[in-house]
Amino acid sequence: MANTNKSVISALYNDDDVMLKSIKPLRENGFKIREAYTPFPIHGLDHELGLARTRIAITAFIYGALGLSVAIALTYYTMIIDWPQNIGGKPSFSFGQNVPAFVPIMFELTVFFAAHLMVWTYFVRNGMYPGRKAMNPDPRTTDDMFMLEIEYDGDDSELRSLLKDTGAVEINIVDQSTDEPSDSEEEVLEETV
Amino acid sequence: MFQFPAKLKTLSYVLIAIGVAAIAYGFISAGGHEAADHGHGHENRPWASLLINNFFFLGISLGALFFLAVQYAANVGWSAGILRILEGVSGYLPVTGVFMILLVLAGMFHMNHIYHWTAEGIMDPNDDHFDSIIYGKRAYLNEPFFIARTLVYILGWVWAAATLRKLSYRGDQSADLAWYKKSITVSAIFLVFFAVTSSMASWDWIMSIDTHWFSTLFGWYVFAGIFVSAITATALITMYLKNHGYMEWINANHIHDLGKFMFAFSIFWTYLWFSQYMLIWYSNIPEEVTYYLPRFGEFKGLFITMLVLNFIFPLLILMSRDTKRNFGYLATIGVVMIMGHWLNVYIMVTPGTVGVDYAIGFTEIGTFLGFLGGFILVVFNRLAKAPLRVTNHPMNKESEYFHI
Repeated sequence: MANTNKSVISALYNDDDVMLKSIKPLRENGFKIREAYTPFPIHGLDHELGLARTRIAITAFIYGALGLSVAIALTYYTMIIDWPQNIGGKPSFSFGQNVPAFVPIMFELTVFFAAHLMVWTYFVRNGMYPGRKAMNPDPRTTDDMFMLEIEYDGDDSELRSLLKDTGAVEINIVDQSTDEPSDSEEEVLEETV
Repeated sequence: MFQFPAKLKTLSYVLIAIGVAAIAYGFISAGGHEAADHGHGHENRPWASLLINNFFFLGISLGALFFLAVQYAANVGWSAGILRILEGVSGYLPVTGVFMILLVLAGMFHMNHIYHWTAEGIMDPNDDHFDSIIYGKRAYLNEPFFIARTLVYILGWVWAAATLRKLSYRGDQSADLAWYKKSITVSAIFLVFFAVTSSMASWDWIMSIDTHWFSTLFGWYVFAGIFVSAITATALITMYLKNHGYMEWINANHIHDLGKFMFAFSIFWTYLWFSQYMLIWYSNIPEEVTYYLPRFGEFKGLFITMLVLNFIFPLLILMSRDTKRNFGYLATIGVVMIMGHWLNVYIMVTPGTVGVDYAIGFTEIGTFLGFLGGFILVVFNRLAKAPLRVTNHPMNKESEYFHI
């Protein structure tokens, strides 16, 4: 995880709008924002960070199609091939003539597969498994603070002045070995509210 | 301010002329009462065509009025920029309402045989035509009550449309928000009224055609259809205005939301269609299944086409975010859905009125074009009367910043 060529600085903000507005000048000046930590989802943050659009919708379609296929296979095998039953006098050896009765199953399994597999995909893609250690470098970002981690080369003075201009309230050098801000180099710009 | 383009105005007059010609052609070619012994299909055709097209456009206006009322009642922000379009579309309600009253009166005074339960002697136990099932429904299905109900529906809806429009004009004059608060009250009252009357109207005007048959969710099914048609018409008009350089406050996000409504309520419509169909198919009781016999018999081709247009097309095309934000895709699928839902109304009305002699010819298409011409004329005239959004609507700013 630690990038040995780049140093990382973490900047804390006490307002989501201020943080959101500071991203553009940072990126325009060639700084790469490695991560953002916020206590709640911020509308438009992914766009500002230049993240690619999520592909979860594509997977949802595939999972839904999979669920539909499973439902068709299930009803066809159980109700037509394996154990045909006379229900309501419908021709029991024909899938085509019984299909209205199977539509609710197809619908439910489509939804079930799409919804559940989307959640599992989300967990896997984010590496969220039971017992996973929290990666949050600063507990205050679960409360009322907003943090950006910014990569820089060599001299950090330009980045520091830029961060001060954009309204950061605290700047720390991230210790790359532990991925946590080192207390010794903490620079508090103003009292956090 | 929106200027009604002269070309479009001319087009609407041409369409109305085609419609008048089609109605005249329909009545001339249908002939008079002489064919009565062989069923009423032939002479019913122009009447059925009028009912189908009038109900279709009445549904669009009513759906738009419902959506407008929901926007007020729920304090919706994103839609503030399109309220005038909803008001414009609901402005066609008085026209279609008057037509509906005339059609109902024509039916009640035996000028046609659209409503089978009005046939002579059908309620008379001593008559050859006596029908005990229909006789059992006489408390609800009788001429005076039927006419009274129709009047109540139309007057109530027209009152709500006119009141909401007048109140919103006050929002152009001053920054005082009393009109907005009053609109919320009017909308809430209307929504309750609408919940009951939209169901009852669809029983009266559409379901009573197949007098023996009934379905408890028929009202919802019809409502889903008119709501999809209304949202589609609204989206088409919004895109038209946007393409002509109006409505700078509307962007792809608003169109995206309208697209979502089109998508979601297409699914909802299919859900209700299927819910009604499956129970009847499964139980297979003669008194219920008669409804679907012609629809899966002589009407099978149209019935399946209608399902494809109203379900498969919107499902596959509108599923993607990109197509909902693209005017070309959305307008194309919008036209397809308008055709599909017109066909839906056609199939609700035709088997019980015209029957096996049905056809979609100049009578039906011409009448549709006539009503479309009237729709364009009335709606765009209304849009030209006031700014394209309420000047002092409290949600204007929120609507501008709307982003998804």
